[in-house]
Amino acid sequence: MSTDTVIRAPKRRLRDRIPVVHQLRQSVGLQRGMLIAGLVLTGIFVFVAIFAPLIAPYGFAQLRDAAGPFGSQQPPSAEHLFGTTVGGYDVLSRVLWGAQTAILVIIIAVTLSLFAGVLLGLVSGYFGGWLDRVLVVLCDAIYAFPSLLLAIVMAIVISGGQSNLWGGVFAAAISITVVFIPQYFRVIRAETVRIKAEAYVESAKVLGASNSRVMFRHVLRNSTRTLPLIFTLNSSEAILTLAGLGFLGFGIEPTAAAEWGYDLNKALSDVSSGIWWTALYPGLAIVLVVLGITLVGESLNDLADPRLRGRRRVAQASGEVAETSVVPGGTLVAGPGGLAGLEDGESFDEHGIGVRS
Amino acid sequence: MRALLIIPTVFILVTLVFVLMRSTGDPITAKLGGQLPADQLAERIHAAGYDRPIIVQYLEYLGQIATGNFGTTLTDNRPVTEILFTYGAATLELAFYSLLVAFVIGIPFGLIAAYFRDKGQDASLRVFAILCYATPVFFAGLLLKLVFSVWLGWLPVAGRASVGAQLQMEVLPNKTGLYTIDAIMTGNPAVLGDVLAHAVLPAIALGLLTAGVFLRLVRTNVIGTLSTDYVDAARSRGVSEYRLVRKHAYRPALIPIITVIGLQIALLLGGAVLTETTFEWKGLGFMLAEYLQARDFVAVQGIVALLAVIVALTNFIVDIIAALIDPRVRY
Repeated sequence: MSTDTVIRAPKRRLRDRIPVVHQLRQSVGLQRGMLIAGLVLTGIFVFVAIFAPLIAPYGFAQLRDAAGPFGSQQPPSAEHLFGTTVGGYDVLSRVLWGAQTAILVIIIAVTLSLFAGVLLGLVSGYFGGWLDRVLVVLCDAIYAFPSLLLAIVMAIVISGGQSNLWGGVFAAAISITVVFIPQYFRVIRAETVRIKAEAYVESAKVLGASNSRVMFRHVLRNSTRTLPLIFTLNSSEAILTLAGLGFLGFGIEPTAAAEWGYDLNKALSDVSSGIWWTALYPGLAIVLVVLGITLVGESLNDLADPRLRGRRRVAQASGEVAETSVVPGGTLVAGPGGLAGLEDGESFDEHGIGVRS
Repeated sequence: MRALLIIPTVFILVTLVFVLMRSTGDPITAKLGGQLPADQLAERIHAAGYDRPIIVQYLEYLGQIATGNFGTTLTDNRPVTEILFTYGAATLELAFYSLLVAFVIGIPFGLIAAYFRDKGQDASLRVFAILCYATPVFFAGLLLKLVFSVWLGWLPVAGRASVGAQLQMEVLPNKTGLYTIDAIMTGNPAVLGDVLAHAVLPAIALGLLTAGVFLRLVRTNVIGTLSTDYVDAARSRGVSEYRLVRKHAYRPALIPIITVIGLQIALLLGGAVLTETTFEWKGLGFMLAEYLQARDFVAVQGIVALLAVIVALTNFIVDIIAALIDPRVRY
């Protein structure tokens, strides 16, 4: 970063405002390495998901080709680079097609929870009152619940367990959505409560702006800072939850779509007899995709937090992002439990969540 | 004030589970639908009281839970609370060992990462922490099993103990269900060895997940305390770097860590379901997965509600511990 970012025009240029591009320019050294590695892995994932039909040698539910059936549990060979599963599917093809299922679930789950969580958080934080209190307690309760268990219950409710491609994808996605809504809710609500007290909101009200105008134009626009961050974190969690559901037998039927968790479930008995290829490849796919997305999220998180940004180059290019970080301690990524890393002496209250003492 | 919150939390979770599970229909149809003729099915539903208004059933359910009755399973007709006591011990044992693994790995590595902040050690440890999080516990479990049980043959493939050890523990007059303690009570070191050998892989698989969280947590918090004035002051007095990290920076960083452990319980229980299934570790999670497969939703609802209560209770206890340790936190 050179001087051109220091002397900034009143309105920041477009390339500084696009989330990831801006952070990429802002990062240095190891941080930049992690961000780039994450972006590359995520890029490969998206590419494979889109072009799976072209890349995969066979269909995800294909059992035979012109030369006859594939056979069950065949070791890796020239025809089947990753071998075949106990059900006689080609492992490589199912790994590649699995990316498509995963990305569909991510898109649906994150979009749904984003809309629901943001809307609820905005209304709750803006109007306050009993609705706010009820929603906060409700979200706290859901947040404390083991997310996988909640997802299982939702999967039972939605699909009774088993289903076709869209049924299964939606069941998994909605199950995950319910788990995610509280996260968006908490962040947006905390921001809304903070912004509501700002002078420009007051003046908008004095000028006679309607509630909805103030909410969506003045408050919402200023409270979306941390969303890209939660977005990436939730994407990785969505994949893990989907795989967990599949592993427990609440995923998608193998003939409807390829799903990594299901394949790992079927590989459970293979492992005991030393068959490694049916477990290794779908598992690696999960690890690499989650790793990639998490690296991106983690880097964005660190760059947004002045306390965690690389010490050598600090202030210049940080821009507005650094002003106030809602994410405490920078370890929101911490895992399905989220919100790890509350700073010294900090309680949930500071984020507008939790309970008053 | 905080103490009062546990009641609505438990209430909400139990209600949520009840409403969601019941919105699919009654458990008897879920279990036996299609297997029995319609009139027999209706008879059974009537006998179990599932044809009454849902609100009546709900109030009755709340009353039962208040007296500690979580229902009876459909498949094997056992009270859910009995399942808790039989299999809860196994889950408790697994959770204990995994937390041990998580502490042993997470805390020292977190300190190292914080001390070598932004250097090579830090970067590799952080990637390690992300890998811990990115690897689903069942995949970690499968890999560990493949390498250490199948290929190397060092450790048992699955289960909590081998048949011989299990028989020796069965005859104990007052067995606890916690195999480690039971094994010690048999006074036979071979039994204890067998029980511990069975616990190694599941504990590592589940422990690594939590270890990643602890590592990051310790790192972030110690970085915060390392830059405080009193650490600088201690350094200027000539306190060794090791002591500086170990005592001055680490101790104050402990409080937020304890707070977050409460949140990890939920993660740990979710992970336990997957770990127990992977290793056929007969705990609550394993049974939950079994009942899910059998579509025994009375059992599922009971176990899930119980786990919700456990999570709420643990969070409450952790809050109290945090308040006792930290004079600044007062509820």
